[in-house]
Amino acid sequence: MEKFTHIISTAVPLPMEDVDTDQIIPARFLKATTREGFGDNLFRDWRYHPDGSPKADFVLNNPTYSGKILVAGKNFGCGSSREHAAWSLTDYGFKVVVSSFFADIFRGNALNNGLLPVQVSPAFLDEMFKAIENDPQVKFIVSLEHQTIAIAGTEREEQFDIDPFRKVCMINGYDDIDYLLSLKDEIEQFEKKNLTENTAPVANASIS
Amino acid sequence: MSKTLFDKIWDSHVVKPVEGGMEVLYIDRHFIHEVTSPQAFDGLRQRNIPVFRTKNTVATADHNVPTQNQHLPIADPLGRFQVEKLTENCNEFGVDLYGLGHRWQGIVHVIGPELGITQPGMTIVCGDSHTSTHGAFGTIAFGIGTSQVEQVLASQCLLLKRPKRMRITVDGELAEGVVSKDIILYIISKLSAAGGTGYFVEYAGSAIRSLSMEARMTICNMSIEMGARGGLIAPDETTFEYVRGREFAPQGAAFEAAVAKWRELYSDPDAVFDKEYHYRAEDIAPMITYGTNPGMGIPVDEAIPTAPTPGDSLASFEKSLGYMGFAAGENLLGKPIHHVFIGSCTNSRIEDLRLAAKFVQGKQKAPHVSAMIVPGSKQVEAQAKAEGLDKIFIAAGFEFREPGCSACLGMNEDKVPAGEYCVSTSNRNFEGRQGPGARTILASPLTAVASAVEGKIVDVRSLLN
Ligand code: SF4
Repeated sequence: MEKFTHIISTAVPLPMEDVDTDQIIPARFLKATTREGFGDNLFRDWRYHPDGSPKADFVLNNPTYSGKILVAGKNFGCGSSREHAAWSLTDYGFKVVVSSFFADIFRGNALNNGLLPVQVSPAFLDEMFKAIENDPQVKFIVSLEHQTIAIAGTEREEQFDIDPFRKVCMINGYDDIDYLLSLKDEIEQFEKKNLTENTAPVANASIS
Repeated sequence: MSKTLFDKIWDSHVVKPVEGGMEVLYIDRHFIHEVTSPQAFDGLRQRNIPVFRTKNTVATADHNVPTQNQHLPIADPLGRFQVEKLTENCNEFGVDLYGLGHRWQGIVHVIGPELGITQPGMTIVCGDSHTSTHGAFGTIAFGIGTSQVEQVLASQCLLLKRPKRMRITVDGELAEGVVSKDIILYIISKLSAAGGTGYFVEYAGSAIRSLSMEARMTICNMSIEMGARGGLIAPDETTFEYVRGREFAPQGAAFEAAVAKWRELYSDPDAVFDKEYHYRAEDIAPMITYGTNPGMGIPVDEAIPTAPTPGDSLASFEKSLGYMGFAAGENLLGKPIHHVFIGSCTNSRIEDLRLAAKFVQGKQKAPHVSAMIVPGSKQVEAQAKAEGLDKIFIAAGFEFREPGCSACLGMNEDKVPAGEYCVSTSNRNFEGRQGPGARTILASPLTAVASAVEGKIVDVRSLLN
């Protein structure tokens, strides 16, 4: 996983609520068996007509807006657990998603892929949308270290929460597997002590 | 100290607390399928590590499989490649696979319970958000992303933060024509699509207790649709009787010993929940959705609200109605529909099929409606055939397909055309979920089958004698 410390970037506004992962990446594009290339189909059905031509009114097709930060409405990432949603956002080039509320699984998936979910207050989210509306070139400063997000050139800044363990992982580019693998002995001890008849592994069933 | 059921199970699976409030949780059962596992297996290969506990891992192919001619090679090359990749990965890493052609193949959340792999008190995960289904047995079961699939394959553990606990109590008796799908659609319409975020839900109350295991699974299945991590129901005699004798359940004395332990799985009377809700079964009518998230549900005989319900903004509300082609304040009774889909891990079990068949027997679907029954598993399919349900459906003009996720997510060719209405027993009415531009109306199998016969949205209560 790539290390993440801070980012200064313009942002892409998507002021919609309940953006579910079926919108972020529709199921018919989940047939790939690698993690790459999903960015092309990010927001596919909002972004393209059925014939593949771009929809002019969708924000990703509007050259006025660009940047590594996506700013979205409440309850972003709800629905399917598909990690492909996080992969398509990072593959497209986003490093940060800002919303006033994230669905649980999406938040975890994002963090596992070096995509920082920044949850801000509804009021601050509003200010961000307004700032972009006034000046699409406005930059935002996201510091993971200080857990702050600021609107450049203004005094406006807000703290955001992140689990301390996740923060260390993102700053150093570690993932959970490295950590879990280091616990092998403890996991085996736990199994010895706790596995009972009903939680013991399933028997190998004969294939017929 | 008194504890909730959730905490009892969680505590007994903590390998180790980690600084900052996370915990390493041991996972008893891990289900995998073709769509969310290939990248996880690649990760293991890159690290050159094996699957840590192959026997806790069970695989099936469901999301991407065709529901016709399953004996033939899959026509779609990408889909075929993905399913073949699963077989290769399972062979290489030594994981049991009940894939296409196997008599146990089916939707992952249907086969786990029916094979007795799902048992009370367990922790269960799968790279699919409806893993919450297994909570019906009194398990902590939830969906995970592919990175976590890789973590579980590598270590049989996950690093997690304990969610908060919510209890939803439904007391009383359901009216005729109202089934468990209506209970959960009702709850989600009250709490909104995000109302459960951050929580793990326990369903309790006399209305829940009186449900069969399959009906309980329908409820727990949709916990994720209110944003909750999962939902569970304390196991009882209904649960034990369901598990008894299944392929992977403990047998004989071992089963009795297991039941003795399972009997301790309940929330202590004075256990404290972070949030509680109470509903009355008598207040619940057959439900349908009118919008593009599962929180946008109404009793079938009531009008679409004239303003967004709490939790949705006006913009989202209007966008939703625009997509669906409905008007605020409109009553949907009598609205013509084009498709009916009875299937998905929410409602594709034998009881769902029996309920639908009983209604449809001797009737015909409306000529302009295409209606499809997709059983949840090979075992459900076989059982339905043994009972002659397939013949009833076919005689009524329905298609009776082979098992898979099918039109629930429109990954294979089972899609709803743009702009057309589908009354569906699945769990998500998102834009484009059943195909680009598809308009999904979620409902119970009973409402769905009645709508197929009438060719429009109907209140099934008016058709029951
Ligand atoms: S039936 Fe639908 S919800 Fe269930 S596992 Fe398959 S795709 Fe997911």
